[in-house]
Amino acid sequence: MSAPGAAVLEVRGVSKAFGERQVLRGIDLTVREHEAVALIGASGSGKSTLLRCIDLLEDVDDGDVFLDGETITDPAVDTVTVRRRLGLVFQAYNLFPHMTALENVVLGERRAHGKARAEAEERGRAMLARFGLAGREDDRPDNLSGGQQQRVAIARAFAGRPRAMLLDEVTSALDPELVGEVLGAVRDLKGEGMTMLIATHEMSFAREVANEVAFLHEGRIVEQAPPAQLLEAPQRPETRQFLSRLLEAGRA
Amino acid sequence: MPNSRRLEREAARRRKHRRGQAIAALSSVVILGGLAVLILTSPGWPEVKETFFNWEVFKDSFPDVLRAFWLDVKLFVTIEAAVLAVGLVIALVRIARSPAFFPLRLLAVVWVDLFRGIPTILLIFLIGFGVPALRLEGVPTDPIVLGAIALGLSYSAYVAEVYRAGVNSVHRGQRDAALAVGLTEAQAMRHVILPQAVRRVAPPLLNDFVALQKDVALISILGPLEAFREAQIIESQLFNFTPLVAAALLYLAVTIPTARIVDRMGGPEGAVR
Repeated sequence: MSAPGAAVLEVRGVSKAFGERQVLRGIDLTVREHEAVALIGASGSGKSTLLRCIDLLEDVDDGDVFLDGETITDPAVDTVTVRRRLGLVFQAYNLFPHMTALENVVLGERRAHGKARAEAEERGRAMLARFGLAGREDDRPDNLSGGQQQRVAIARAFAGRPRAMLLDEVTSALDPELVGEVLGAVRDLKGEGMTMLIATHEMSFAREVANEVAFLHEGRIVEQAPPAQLLEAPQRPETRQFLSRLLEAGRA
Repeated sequence: MPNSRRLEREAARRRKHRRGQAIAALSSVVILGGLAVLILTSPGWPEVKETFFNWEVFKDSFPDVLRAFWLDVKLFVTIEAAVLAVGLVIALVRIARSPAFFPLRLLAVVWVDLFRGIPTILLIFLIGFGVPALRLEGVPTDPIVLGAIALGLSYSAYVAEVYRAGVNSVHRGQRDAALAVGLTEAQAMRHVILPQAVRRVAPPLLNDFVALQKDVALISILGPLEAFREAQIIESQLFNFTPLVAAALLYLAVTIPTARIVDRMGGPEGAVR
């Protein structure tokens, strides 16, 4: 085994409540360079909230998030420049419906990263092509299948050359026969050496792609280990219970 | 025979279609014919025909009313353009969350409450006669300009609320996605939220413009010779209402096409995308 890479993302003691509802209760998590960490846990366990806190779409109540050692949750930090260094892919794709696939991918390049139109479009076409969408550049999202839309969304997030990508249940809104093509795209990202934090319900995928799996339960990470260990021999009763429920539902 | 059922179905469909057309035609004849009979046989019809639908008067007065109507056209085109811009600014100020905007936001709320809450005709009266009475240097005293400002104030309040409803109707995930690709709040509004909001509210915006196209006639209370006022003057000279009918036809000539555009945009095919 090679020496562990430097930490790209570090979450330290992050807490977050929405009104009376305490969603995150002191999360500690590290994602190292070129590694993928799969975040598993029941619906409502706080996976999305954690990803949104990392991308600064939500303010954390307590604790800190570090990106390449810099405290990005410091109120003095410019949230916009932090988000430009991260890529977030949403469960419901959230493509811009009034724009073509290419325009979706190019928008951030042009407006956030200040690239000239020609350069941004050339890169945008290359991005779409690498995720199997050559020829669909001029299609609007509503002319694309769910799997194609999610791949456009992945291309859009990847186009900004992020330091790390945050994937929020990117296959949960898809029909079963379309899941594979999106997982293939994520596999490609991993092959590229992209550092990723992946909230997912796909245990077999987590086992295949993730270096570590973290189990989030009632706002805490109760167990974190390499996939073989966590999924085959979970140490904590909460983890065992969650996995056996998944097994009953035929998802593991 | 696999085809017989299909032929039967097609024949039945044709019969149903023909029957529907026949019913529509019959009910139109009955209702419209009944109305026509009711009006044409009314005791006052000969006088009404003479005073409202006099062809000679129509021919003589139409060119003058048409010339005056040109002022209405110029007015509503100008006011519409101004209202689109001012309404958008007011809506954006109301939406902006930055604390620096607080005084402006307050002003925008007052603007909408005030100008939407006063009857348009009263607002035209107050501004048309009140502003010149101040005798301020450099403030317009032309009743056409003042009337246009009053109408613009009133409609900008409505249009601002239409825009605001449109912006609020765009799903929150769109803003999140725009911020996630690295846009600023302002860029997210400009490139992602507003384009979707404006497409969505185009039909109600045009609907407000149909209303504005007719309400331009209210400026006549300040004196400008627009179509309604011109028609009224001719009417009082000839003791004949036909010029007013001519003016009504001219308003319809602009409002009906606008209404058809609204229909097409709001249609089930969703021409707006």
